[in-house]
Amino acid sequence: MYTKRIIPCLDVKDGRVVKGTQFVGLRDAGDPVELAKRYDEERADELVFLDITASSDNRDTIVQVARDCASEVFIPFTIGGGIRSQQDIQKMLRAGADKISLNTAAIKEPELIQEGAEKFGRQCIVLAVDAKRSGEGWEVYINGGRTPTGLDCITWIKRAVSLGAGEILLTSMDADGTKDGYDIALTRTVSEAVDVPVIASGGAGKLEHFYEVLAEGNADAVLAASVFHYGTFSIHQVKTYLSSRGLEVRF
Amino acid sequence: MIAIIDYGVGNLFSVEKAFAALGTEARLTSNPSEILHASKIVLPGVGAFGDCMKNLQESGLIPALLKAVSGNTPLLGICVGLQILFDGSEESPGINGLGLLAGTVRKIHAPGLKVPHMGWNSLEISQPRREHDLFQGLSERPFTYFVHSYHAVPKENEIITATCEYGERITAAVAKGNIQATQFHPEKSGDVGLHILKNFVTS
Repeated sequence: MYTKRIIPCLDVKDGRVVKGTQFVGLRDAGDPVELAKRYDEERADELVFLDITASSDNRDTIVQVARDCASEVFIPFTIGGGIRSQQDIQKMLRAGADKISLNTAAIKEPELIQEGAEKFGRQCIVLAVDAKRSGEGWEVYINGGRTPTGLDCITWIKRAVSLGAGEILLTSMDADGTKDGYDIALTRTVSEAVDVPVIASGGAGKLEHFYEVLAEGNADAVLAASVFHYGTFSIHQVKTYLSSRGLEVRF
Repeated sequence: MIAIIDYGVGNLFSVEKAFAALGTEARLTSNPSEILHASKIVLPGVGAFGDCMKNLQESGLIPALLKAVSGNTPLLGICVGLQILFDGSEESPGINGLGLLAGTVRKIHAPGLKVPHMGWNSLEISQPRREHDLFQGLSERPFTYFVHSYHAVPKENEIITATCEYGERITAAVAKGNIQATQFHPEKSGDVGLHILKNFVTS
């Protein structure tokens, strides 16, 4: 049976995970590999590392994170944050990342999607989109949600998929941080507009929220950060719940 | 020593590290002599069928690979490394595969589902399980990780050792003589994948 995917997101700064302190028995709660291993044991289906390193001097620390993770954890993972060129993409993939995600750089330079997909295959080019409700639709924001682009979310995502994006990591800025649930309308609209998988992100607070966005929002996967890092639920609890509601998951 | 054939396609880092995690020496190589003298061979592959065949041809490694396989060296193909063992693919018309297994590779036909087939799917292992197959010691329906748009349709049905369901029956693994291959990525399939690689190492 083909399954829905549950994906924890780890924020990484200067090579260290900056959340995720709830796990009992970790020698070092900031060690990306140790956390990745723990999530693998909990049956996370994939991992996303989001690099939030501010200083360009420390940009390569995330490459080492990818290399260390690929050496010890054998599930797929994506690296996002600060990827701006073909060289950056190649560096991450060579270091063992399975996919990279593009956000701001893809808006500024859409050819990055096309060239990346042609060179490395569309399955490893993930388009990350931060979307905020605007009138009847949703507007795309960049620079970590600080800068509105004036672009319609659905128009942009369709274009990115036609350029070669193989998967959409869709964050609702309205839902993010609220713990009131994923944005079902946004997720469903995007999922119906494109034929590539959609990962829903932003708003998870209760177990029902995961079910709703997967079943009603048509998401292929769900991403969450704080509910996992702070131990509100384990991955296993989420999967047990989804399974009890009739969704296929991997145990 | 296990030789992982390095012909300039895909990310081989994880394959190498997965064997290392099992305590097995496996080396990336594009040296024909190392391939000929390897105890076992791994043939990875990512991307389009035609690109993989073109790269493999340009690498000059095909004669060594074919000689080693005909000399009974165990071979494990992974993903497009499974597909290029066959005669050809709909993806790249007119390009010959290695022809080590009879059959062709076809686009996944899954109305209403997204292609590529990307994510975790459970295997249905063909019965009876063979004595030395890759799935010894695994549960009834283990989950493995797939990323592909095409799948092999062997001429001889009996070489299929595992399938999965994705709109249609997908060929997930094949075996014939000293040749074994998986459409999924064992190096990305967590503990199940490592178990499969271990079975290949110890078989």
